[in-house]
Amino acid sequence: MFEIGLSHYLAVAAILFTLGVMGIFLNRKNVIIIMMSIELMLLAVNINFVAFSSYLNDLVGQVFTMFILTVAAAEAAIGLAIVVVFFRNRGSIAVEEISQLKG
Amino acid sequence: MFTALIFYMFAAIAVASGVMVISSRNPVHSVLWLILAFFNAAGLFLLLGAEFLAMVLVVVYVGAVAVLFLFVVMMLDINMVEMKEGFLQYLPTGALIGVVLLVELLAMFGGWAFAPDVEAMVKAPTPTLEQASNTVALGKLIYTNYVYLFQASGLVLLVAMIGTILLTHRKRTGVRKQVIADQVGRSRDSVELKKVQSGRGI
Repeated sequence: MFEIGLSHYLAVAAILFTLGVMGIFLNRKNVIIIMMSIELMLLAVNINFVAFSSYLNDLVGQVFTMFILTVAAAEAAIGLAIVVVFFRNRGSIAVEEISQLKG
Repeated sequence: MFTALIFYMFAAIAVASGVMVISSRNPVHSVLWLILAFFNAAGLFLLLGAEFLAMVLVVVYVGAVAVLFLFVVMMLDINMVEMKEGFLQYLPTGALIGVVLLVELLAMFGGWAFAPDVEAMVKAPTPTLEQASNTVALGKLIYTNYVYLFQASGLVLLVAMIGTILLTHRKRTGVRKQVIADQVGRSRDSVELKKVQSGRGI
């Protein structure tokens, strides 16, 4: 209980990841909350990487965490830009209306 | 003992704010809870000895990404009530999938083990604090063995920046703007000299 091991961090990361997945399902209408849920999932992945890096004494995990951070920042910027452009064109960001590509 | 308490505090607040991110009625509140989750994850990183990444998480996520979210949420005119309509309708499905996923993940964490030769697979052993601090060690690694990946991530950011500017940039009609090329490209003929009699207009 008071001896914090690798599995404690993995459990926190698993709970955060699950919360991210649940957020995508619960907020089906709001694309911004969906993007925040994706950020939560990426954060959980980062916690996993850093936890393994720390407990294996291998720095490569932290290097990869940095790359994940980079990609997450780029993804958030581009996603929000798309949301802004979509809102400008349609006046709404409801996910159901985003069907212009007929996907 | 003390470390364990700190860990439980960070973990509990991170998970609680994660719950609030997905269940909050107001998207602005969601972003603020997300910021709290990031701060607590940074605390967890500190406990793990990854100081540089903890600071990067605070600077990049809280300082840039969360503020970006905040700007977009505040500047778009979104109908909050309409947005939350399907929440209860999707709750059973979401909860079911969440529980299944969590049980699977925790079951996996209960049964896994390190490979027997895991010590031999370590690519870049973490130096002790006397040899180099976390930041120094990380810098020595990304500027040597991982320099190409580091450059590639810079390229990813550049492409993201160009793409974002390209997407959101728009030409506005009905606005008078200075066009430098037109000014520079004027020929001598475009100027006409007129003899004006004094005391009269043209």
